Formats: sequence, C-alpha cells, structure tokens
Amino acid sequence: MLAIGVLRCVLNTSRSKLVAKPSCLRTTSKLLHSASFDLAEESIFTTDHEQLRSSLNKIIESEINPFVDAWEEGIFPAHTVFKTLGTAGFLGVSKPTEHGGLGLDYSFSIAAAEELGTIRCGAIPMAIGVQTDMATPALARFGSHELKELFLEPSIKGDMVACLGVSETGAGSDVASISTTATPDGDDLIINGGKMWTTNGTQADWMCCLANTSTGAAHANKSLICVPMDTPGIIVAKTIKKIGMLCSDTAQIFMEDVRVPKSYMIGEEGQGFTYQMLQFQEERMFAAAAALRPLEIAIEETIAYTRDRKIFGTSVLDNQVVHFRLAELQTEVEALRSMLYRTVGLYLKGHDVTKLASMCKLKAGRLAREATDACLQYWGGMGFVSESIISRYYRDFRLISIGGGADEVMLSIICKHLGTLPGRR
Amino acid sequence: MARVLVGVKRVIDYAVKIRVKPDKSGVVTEGVKHSMNPFDEIAVEEAIRLKEKKLASEIVAVTCGPTQNQETLRTALAMGADRGIHVEIPADQCAKAGPLQISKIFAKLAEQEKADLIILGKQAIDGDNNQTAQMTAAVLDWAQGTFASELKLEGDELTVVREVDGGLETVKLKMPAVVSADLRLNEPRYATLPNIMKAKKKKVAKISPKDLGVEIASSIEVVEVTDPPQREAGIKVESTEELVSKLKESGLV
Repeated sequence: MLAIGVLRCVLNTSRSKLVAKPSCLRTTSKLLHSASFDLAEESIFTTDHEQLRSSLNKIIESEINPFVDAWEEGIFPAHTVFKTLGTAGFLGVSKPTEHGGLGLDYSFSIAAAEELGTIRCGAIPMAIGVQTDMATPALARFGSHELKELFLEPSIKGDMVACLGVSETGAGSDVASISTTATPDGDDLIINGGKMWTTNGTQADWMCCLANTSTGAAHANKSLICVPMDTPGIIVAKTIKKIGMLCSDTAQIFMEDVRVPKSYMIGEEGQGFTYQMLQFQEERMFAAAAALRPLEIAIEETIAYTRDRKIFGTSVLDNQVVHFRLAELQTEVEALRSMLYRTVGLYLKGHDVTKLASMCKLKAGRLAREATDACLQYWGGMGFVSESIISRYYRDFRLISIGGGADEVMLSIICKHLGTLPGRR
Repeated sequence: MARVLVGVKRVIDYAVKIRVKPDKSGVVTEGVKHSMNPFDEIAVEEAIRLKEKKLASEIVAVTCGPTQNQETLRTALAMGADRGIHVEIPADQCAKAGPLQISKIFAKLAEQEKADLIILGKQAIDGDNNQTAQMTAAVLDWAQGTFASELKLEGDELTVVREVDGGLETVKLKMPAVVSADLRLNEPRYATLPNIMKAKKKKVAKISPKDLGVEIASSIEVVEVTDPPQREAGIKVESTEELVSKLKESGLV
C-alpha cells in the first residue's frame, strides 16, 4: 500500500510539473554564481583566468547548454563541440605553443576545468577532459615532432577526437595488469588485444593506446602508441549502456593484428607506464576542479526548486532541516575548493602533490555522492524523474568515485603516504 | 579608411539579480559580477567587421569608470579592438557621470583621435538611458544613425538601417558620424583564448576627465531607487465559464 501511495505521489507531482514547466527547471545557476567572490581574488587565479572563464562560459551557454537535453537522448556530437572549443583555443590551454597550444601554466587548465562544470551534464566535460588531460599530455610531453603534427595539432584544433586506450576487461584502476600486446614486425608494430570503458570510443579518430611491447617487468614493458581508429583490425564491438553520463559514448574495442608504424610510439619504448603515471596528478586535480560547479549547481537548483515547492502551507526550503543541510553541503564544497586551490598552488611551485591530489579526487567523489543524494531527496517525486537536473547529476557524478582511479585506489595511495599500507608481495 | 571609436561600459552582468541598497540610494554593486554592456559588445563587433572588410584602419575602445573598467577594455581588445583608452572616474564619482558628461568625453576624444566614426551601444542595461550616442552627435555636430540593425560603409557615406516603431528606416549619413547599435545588428564573437592573451600586449592609455577639460558634475539628482512592485501569483481556473466570471468579478469585462 505504501509503495503504491508513493508511486502515485511521484506521478502526480511529475505530471503537474511537466505541464507547468516551472522556472526552477531553467538555468538559475548563473544567477547565484554571482554571489561568490570575484575569481581574480582567489589565491591561484588572476584577471586572465577570469577572462578565460567568462569567454568559455559564453561558448557553453550559447553552443552547448541549449542542446544538452536533446543530446542526452543519444550521443553528443563530439566533432562539432570540439571544433567549437578548439577554434576558441580551449583544447590546448597548457599545450606547447609550437603545436597550436597556448603554453599556459596548469592553473589555467584548472580554471577551464572548473568552468566546464557549468555544462549541464557530466558526460561532455568528461569527454573534453579525455581529449585535453588524459589522451594528449604524454604525447605533448614526450612525442616526436612528426607524431605531434599528426595527432596533437589536429586534436588541439578540434579536428580530431581522441580516446584513451588504457582500461581493459581485466585491468582498470590496476593499470599494470593490461594484456594488450604490440609486437615489432619490421618497421611496424602489430597490436592485439582489446580495450574497455573507452570514452569517445565510437567517435574517436585516434587512440592513445597502452600496450605491452615486451615481456619484462609490468612497470617497464609498456609503451604508449598513437593508433588511428580507421586502421584495419580495429573493431568497435559495442556501445556500453550506462546508468549515467548518457550522451557520452563508451565503447568496448577489439584489436586484431592492427598494424601501425613503429614511429607512432610516444617517446621511449617501455616508458608507457611511467608516462601514464606522470599525468595522474593532473588528471586527479582536473577531476576535482570539474566537480566543483556541478555540486554548486546541484545545491543552487535545489534551493530554487524547494523555494518554489510548497508543502503543508510553506516552502520546502523553509524547513530548517533543508536549508541547514544545504548550507552544510555548500560548506563542504568550499572546503574541497580550498584544498584543490592549495594543491594546485603547490603543484605550480613544482612540488609533488600526489598525496593531496589523491585526497582532492577522493573527496570530490565522496562529496558528489553525498551532495547529489541529499539534494535529490528534497526534490521528492521530481527528483526521481529523469528530466530533472538533479537526477541527471545524481547518476552522472556517481562516476567520480569509480573513474580515473576508484576511491579505494586513492585511499591506498594516501595510506602509502601515511605509511599505513600493509606490505604486499 | 575610417578610424573608429567604440564605447564600452562596465555594467552589472545581465544574469545577476539586481538588489536595491537598503538606503535606496542605488543598487548593490560590491562583489557583484560585472561584464561589458551587451549592446557595446555589438558595437565592438561591428567595428571589427568593418576592419575585417578593410573599411576601418583602427579601432579604439574607450571606457569611462573606475579601475575595474580595465577588464571591460581588455575584453574589447581580446575581441579585436586595436588599443584602449581608459578615462578614469573614481567609483564614488561615477554616479555623477551621466550621458551628457560621457558624451562630452567621447566628443573630445573623437577630436583628439581624429575619429571618423563612433559606434556606441544604443543604451546600457544599467541605466537604460539611451542618450549618449545622440548627445555625442549633438556635441560634435555630426550626423547620427541610432538603433542600427544594419550598417554599410562606402567611401565616406554610411547607410544605416534603423529599427523604428513602424518597421525599418534607412538613412544615409555623411561621415563623420555617430551610430548606436541595436540588438539585431550582429552577433558578437567570443574572445578566443589566444586573443585574450594577445590583448595583454595591446596599449591602454589612462587619462582623467580633467585632462579632456570635462567636468564630472551632473545636474540630475537621483532621489530614490526602489524595487519594482512584486507581481502577484496567478490562479488556475477549471473552465471558460469560471474564467469569464472571474474576469467579471474583477471588473475586467
């Protein structure tokens, strides 16, 4: 009986809301954003960062956000979106200038990542993050000039979409156990194996592929290779259906006798694992930065919705449990922001921030789960409806705790730094 | 080729919810996001398009206001203006600088810079005055084409399509002239990241109204600023009959 009652309540609320299209379903985020500090006053930012963000915001509000709802029904057009961003310079913020990048320091990448969080879904910022901070940093740092001309420049311009081929069916957070191989054959490499959870996989023009190039120790036998996705032998086996990140394409990819020139290898043979690990600090800071605005938007949208929604003669927001809880969540978000800015500040001074960056990533994942769940609760029936922004955030940002090294991997790294990790092997 | 002067005003961002100060002397501006007046963005864009068509030789962006106005100038430079002039007016005096004072500044600068064309936004979204372009033309005794939705420059003749109440009006002006940009004149571009960085190297001159011989003292005094009356919530009616009876009740039919 109770269940039926709840369901009816869900249907009733949703029906009336669907017809009325209340203002709370529209963008209110910009409105409240203005209440926070001037960006240039923050410790790691200047007026340059502020200009970057305001320009990126304009692109997002006019070229991306109006289409997100429609794209969420299928797959977002990566080439179109990347071309827009690439033309405006946002895919090469900290990439070398001789290959079309802007050569700015990492604080600018963080400013861009934070602004990408104003995109009203998790899928598109993630796809952009793969292009800018996961598939290309090693190529930019260690690739040969020719290889950068072939793959990096078009990726910065937005003419090419990149994907990262690291995870496999048997290896994700545990990168060392991948089984894909690349065997030398004359001037070529023959790649065999498969990749899993490949973001941008069905749309990508090339893959930054991690493969075993020898049989030595797991940390010294891997290489990163640029693989054009139209090479014979590459089969996009399937598009994986997920509970969130709906408009991002996630593919399983098989590779059977895929032949690429040896010159497509990034940097030195056997250094793939090291190259991959080097950029993990940045990937983790990026993940935390890109989570800040979505968490704030979740809170802002919840304030707007609960202020509008009347219950027992008063607004939902006027219940102390609601406005107190939201205040507490916003406090948590600001704490995460402070930790991130501190981490970035130390990183810019040249310090190894592996511990702090892992803590940022861990906290972002944990808080994303806590905040989106708490907010969804106050939306009642509307929170359970697919079309509400809070349900999308609840689904999308669950991934932060899993992707890019799961919470448990972050915890292990932190324990290693604390000296509390029991010895293994 | 024409030398173009464009005016860029720093205003509270269009998306910000405006709050009136408790003492009713104005609106809260501290800690509030500001950006370039949207109509001024259109003016800057039009100037850049003239330059791209090789009809303009140089674009000088001008802003009047406190130190923070430099950000607005930099946005104009990042979009494509060649250099900037910052007429510094301290924050506490800005309220006194009305359209007349600003138009005198523009007029003086136009003479100093030997400008042939001034493009301004038709109004700023803060005061909604819609006077600066007209007054500037009057002070200079130049031709004016206000509320432009289309602009064509041939030689020293300017064809301006104006949005007027009844439709569109086309006027021909002899340069030098003042044009004010309406909403449909163009769609302003985004400043790309490379251009934002390049803009840092562009020159910005800083001067005071005094340098131009303009007195910042308005004869207009703002008595009180208040919120517009709150709109009351509507009601839903079940049928046409009910609607009609409700309308009759309130004496509307």
